[in-house]
Amino acid sequence: MWAILSILVENKPGILFKVTHLFRARNFNIDSISVGTTENPDYSKMTITTYGDEKQITQIVKQLDKMIDTVKVERLDEHKTVFRELSLFKIKLSNANDSMEVNKLANAYGGKVHDVKKDSLMVELTATPDQIKAFEELAKPFGILDVARTGVAALQRSGA
Amino acid sequence: MNKMENMTGAKALMTAMEKEGVKQVFGLPGGANLPMYDEFNRCDIRHILVRHEQSAAHMADGFGRVSRKPGVCFATSGPGATNILTGIATAQADSAPMVAVTGQVSVNMIGKDAFQESDIIGMANPVVKYAFQPRSASEVPEVVKKGFFIAETGRPGPVLIDVPKDVQTNEEPMNFPDEFKIQGYHPWADPDIVNVEKAIDMLLHAEKPIILAGGGVIISSAFAELQSIAEALMLPVVTTFKGKGAFPETHPLSLGPIGMHGHAEANKMMAEADCVLAIGTRFSDRSVGTFEAFEKRLKIIHMDVDPAEIGKNQNAQIAVIGDVRVNLRVMVKILLQKAIRKSEETPWFKHVQETKAYWKENLKLHPGEMGAAKLLRKLRELLPKESIVTTEVGQHQMWASLFYDVIQPGTFFSSTGLGTMGWGFPAAIGAKVAKPDVPVVDIAGDGSFSMTENSLATAVLEDIPVIVFLLNNSSLGMVAQWQRTFYDRRMTGVEQHSCPDYVKLAQSYGAQGIRAQSMDELDKAIKDALSSDVATVIDIPIDPEEDVLPFVAPGTSLSDMILPS
Ligand SMILES: Cc1ncc(C[n+]2csc(CCOP(=O)(O)OP(=O)(O)O)c2C)c(N)n1
Repeated sequence: MWAILSILVENKPGILFKVTHLFRARNFNIDSISVGTTENPDYSKMTITTYGDEKQITQIVKQLDKMIDTVKVERLDEHKTVFRELSLFKIKLSNANDSMEVNKLANAYGGKVHDVKKDSLMVELTATPDQIKAFEELAKPFGILDVARTGVAALQRSGA
Repeated sequence: MNKMENMTGAKALMTAMEKEGVKQVFGLPGGANLPMYDEFNRCDIRHILVRHEQSAAHMADGFGRVSRKPGVCFATSGPGATNILTGIATAQADSAPMVAVTGQVSVNMIGKDAFQESDIIGMANPVVKYAFQPRSASEVPEVVKKGFFIAETGRPGPVLIDVPKDVQTNEEPMNFPDEFKIQGYHPWADPDIVNVEKAIDMLLHAEKPIILAGGGVIISSAFAELQSIAEALMLPVVTTFKGKGAFPETHPLSLGPIGMHGHAEANKMMAEADCVLAIGTRFSDRSVGTFEAFEKRLKIIHMDVDPAEIGKNQNAQIAVIGDVRVNLRVMVKILLQKAIRKSEETPWFKHVQETKAYWKENLKLHPGEMGAAKLLRKLRELLPKESIVTTEVGQHQMWASLFYDVIQPGTFFSSTGLGTMGWGFPAAIGAKVAKPDVPVVDIAGDGSFSMTENSLATAVLEDIPVIVFLLNNSSLGMVAQWQRTFYDRRMTGVEQHSCPDYVKLAQSYGAQGIRAQSMDELDKAIKDALSSDVATVIDIPIDPEEDVLPFVAPGTSLSDMILPS
């Protein structure tokens, strides 16, 4: 099971280490992580996605909650949440048609194209991890030269 | 005191500790904590000098477990700080309240690999409840206040305060706050009346209910409540090893500790029960064997102060979160209000009594005069019931579990979580400082005692007379037993060949050393030790081949106990 955890932490040095260390020490798994400050400079927001069975995920939430530096730990409902990840793909262009094809593909996924060269271009895609994966599959035949992905950022929808 | 008085960080630290009621600390100085050490000359806190910082932490731990106030230990930076880590980890594993104060290089030298710099915050973080490193002197009072609060509330644990040297020496205006906020820390929960009522209902409907009492009962001093509930519902009580002595072991409902080296009757009854009221326990593998076998056949009611313990190792049908004493009080109140009492006439109670009687009579013991059971029963016979016992780690520890009955709850302490050899003796010293008027005995093995025997110097010079009851098999006995049992007697690295002579060793420290080679000599030695005002080591040579039995082998369940043949 995939889970999105939203963790509000005190904005102090060393917290990221403590949180990620907790995952390692307790034998949990981090699928992706993103951290940023919030509107209040005293706090940072971490979004961690992870895999586990129901029991494990409940346990992860409890262990995170127990940490003194975590102010609030929430497990977000995938269906009531907006969650996005940013990815950058450097894609190989081998023949004349490729550029147009890749552009079409990027458009279909709402991506933006940057740094167009004769033999490569870059696609910026902000989407859910599933959509990014689907894009990656379709881009593979062209040849993926490099990829960089951020962790997921997520917010619960209003009124949800 | 003028609230904004100027003060150095070192003085502020001592002042803040005095406000917390600290009367003594255990430690060893060095360059990086000298400003704090200098303050011992100007305050009423007693400094007790150790020979190794690990022992300082164990002493603070022993003090903390007995007094339930954080024990305090001091170490310098670098190697001093790394030396106390084992003691900190030990306290964390057993939820003992402790505050460890280390010196650190000056703020501007941090990260420069300065002389005796170590990233002790980074190293300790996984084994502390919380770690602080104040970066300016004026932070010190609040850090100390928060540190003590975190160490002793909720599920207690060790807190580290790492103080850079310039933070100790800088003079700044100091404010000693009475109040503070820690947003992400919620040590208290309201009494959980709904789930307590459900729990009573489940216990009343069970055919073979049992209580499993863990260390949480001891930490929250819920002895009277536990006893009232057991008596009202006629529930037999088993304990985890950490919970040993949560319930008087001489009580008819007591079956003693379960687990790897639990009583046969306790393991048998635990394996037969259909419903367990588990109080203040994390269901350690050493207590319950394989988790799966345990939860398959049992309804579990789990009470614990730490919500993260619920469902960590065992799933529970009913969870009651909060201080166990608070919730047990609710339970007692409901039982009284509704006049719920169970009679002794249930088949389960009779079966429990018969099983207990059977094993009391039929457990085969070592035939020799100086068999472990006889030695520990002799110790029990001669010690006043309020005496405090600590143990080291090994066979002697398990024999203590099996054969030394705790009469007064909360008087038995051991390193059960981390299993730290060398813990018992310094912990005994800390315990004696907490309760100077009761006899304190460390039940030791020669291997464990070797690890911290230099604390004899502290015991003698600081006038802290504890007794070391040394079951000397000239070997690392527990490892030897595993090698005999699981490695076809291929013995490696376990023999200690009667070295050193512990009587002479004790004497060379100025302590009393007595060798006891017969029951009569032991009788006299214990009496001499009890009336002595100096620390005493009683060296008792025993059979190196004696095994601890019964034994639940690792990875098996409680019903697969190995019994003496
Ligand atoms: C610091 C540490 N090192 C190693 C061990 C592994 N260990 C567990 S019991 C034991 C032997 C203990 O020997 P001793 O203290 O003489 O007690 P005995 O078993 O002989 O009673 C050892 C080495 C441990 N628990 N702690």
